[in-house]
Amino acid sequence: MLKVLKAGFYTTVQDSGRFHFRNKGVPVSGVMDEMTVFKVNSLLENEVSAAVLEITMTGPTLMFEEETYMALGGAEMSATLNNLPIQNYKVYQIEVGDILSFGRLDKGFRSYLGVRGGFTSKEILGSRSFYKPITKVNRLCDNDVVPFIYNKLFQPKISEIKVDSFLDDYKLEVSKGPEFYLLTDRHLEEIFSKSFTVAHENNRMAYQIKETISSHEMSMLTSATLPGTVQLTPAGKLIVLMKDGQTTGGYPRILQLSDKAICILAQKRGGDRVSFKLV
Amino acid sequence: MNSPAINIKPFGVHSVLIEWPHEVSEHILETIIGFQTYIRLNMFTEKDWEMVPSYNSLLLVNRKMTIDFEKISKDINVGYSKLKESEKPERYLWRLPVSYDLEFGLDLDEVAKKLNKSIPEIIAMHTGTTYTVYGIGFLPGFMYLGGLLKDLEVPRKATPRLKVVKGAVGIAGKQAGIYPQESPGGWNIIGNCSVPIFDASKENPCFVNVGDKIEFYQISRAEYDLHKIEAEVGIYKPEKIKLNA
Repeated sequence: MLKVLKAGFYTTVQDSGRFHFRNKGVPVSGVMDEMTVFKVNSLLENEVSAAVLEITMTGPTLMFEEETYMALGGAEMSATLNNLPIQNYKVYQIEVGDILSFGRLDKGFRSYLGVRGGFTSKEILGSRSFYKPITKVNRLCDNDVVPFIYNKLFQPKISEIKVDSFLDDYKLEVSKGPEFYLLTDRHLEEIFSKSFTVAHENNRMAYQIKETISSHEMSMLTSATLPGTVQLTPAGKLIVLMKDGQTTGGYPRILQLSDKAICILAQKRGGDRVSFKLV
Repeated sequence: MNSPAINIKPFGVHSVLIEWPHEVSEHILETIIGFQTYIRLNMFTEKDWEMVPSYNSLLLVNRKMTIDFEKISKDINVGYSKLKESEKPERYLWRLPVSYDLEFGLDLDEVAKKLNKSIPEIIAMHTGTTYTVYGIGFLPGFMYLGGLLKDLEVPRKATPRLKVVKGAVGIAGKQAGIYPQESPGGWNIIGNCSVPIFDASKENPCFVNVGDKIEFYQISRAEYDLHKIEAEVGIYKPEKIKLNA
């Protein structure tokens, strides 16, 4: 078990997502930054779908109640193990009673904690990812416990990796969405000629963009959306749906973020700059 | 009758969107549901494929695969040309019990006044028609129902409620629906459905599929309470009638 001494701002269990229920309106959920989690799980020689903790902005204080191996990745959050600084993308052996805590957020927005074998909390509809009301809670609270399987005999093939960080990247590669063709030349100019500010209204459901572009009167019938779909509201607001985003929507879907662009945006917070690049 | 024309669009690298003419039509919806069944049985049978039908579109998504758009478009067009009108997909009519008790029907009085009708007339109009499920989205299990009687059209509330309870039956504009769980919402609430539309503890968490039909019937407050208890222990089954039979 991992005991949550202090929950931090928004800490959740996430795996690769909940699939095959989108047609019933269930968002896919799952880790926001798949590229980082792939590296963390690879280091621990876990399955790609192994569940991790997604730690947002302000980290929790956690106590390990069993032996295991752990690794961190993603945002730089001044993590310490028993008060000694530790690095991202490095495997650490954990003893009973070890305490993991986080300090100042230096870069990025979401950090990921993996343990050998992954967290083993209950699967609901094929996934451990938190999403209320599919799961009873939407985030971890003080004194919660998250189960994992005791593991003492792991010998990591590689104990540390150097990664090409994308935390400073700000160009979001996009392809044309289904309603792209409805955009006017003026819209295209506005979208692709300048950069934008990430609004403070951002969460696992959607990231809003602060600046608006020209309003429009395009209408469409409600239709499927994806994580990474950029919607344009009639008032000219850009909304990027993320992993907990609704499965259908009625606003024109003008762009679609690449898988990598979703990861880049997932590491942004209110006030950060981004731009769209059509590929 | 010929199948309506389709338009296939790329939507990211893992999915494609098939679109039909932009109109709300029973014929189009039935064609979409039929094609969805055909695709699942004959074209993309691996379990990684998911499909999301809605009004005039069908999304095909495979998160583990980068789709070759040219090839898949060709395959979809070939498959669509083989689709036969006579192959009717399985669809069901669900009869759902609603209590219009004023404790639940928070806006019944206001709706009746706005439409210049009595409350029994409002209830009779709401229960006196068959609705079509054109989409499920917005929230898990939230149905977009078409078929509301024109005389029952009333604008959404000027100020949305921060909290609408689970099971609340609402109407707004041309739309009708049920809130599958507690959420904020701006629809006029006229009753509460005793059957849970979405239950995450079930293997199939939502018995309704896009393309199905819904009818509401009035129950008393006592029946509502009984259904609730039955649903709690898992013995309540909503009434289901096979269509196209």
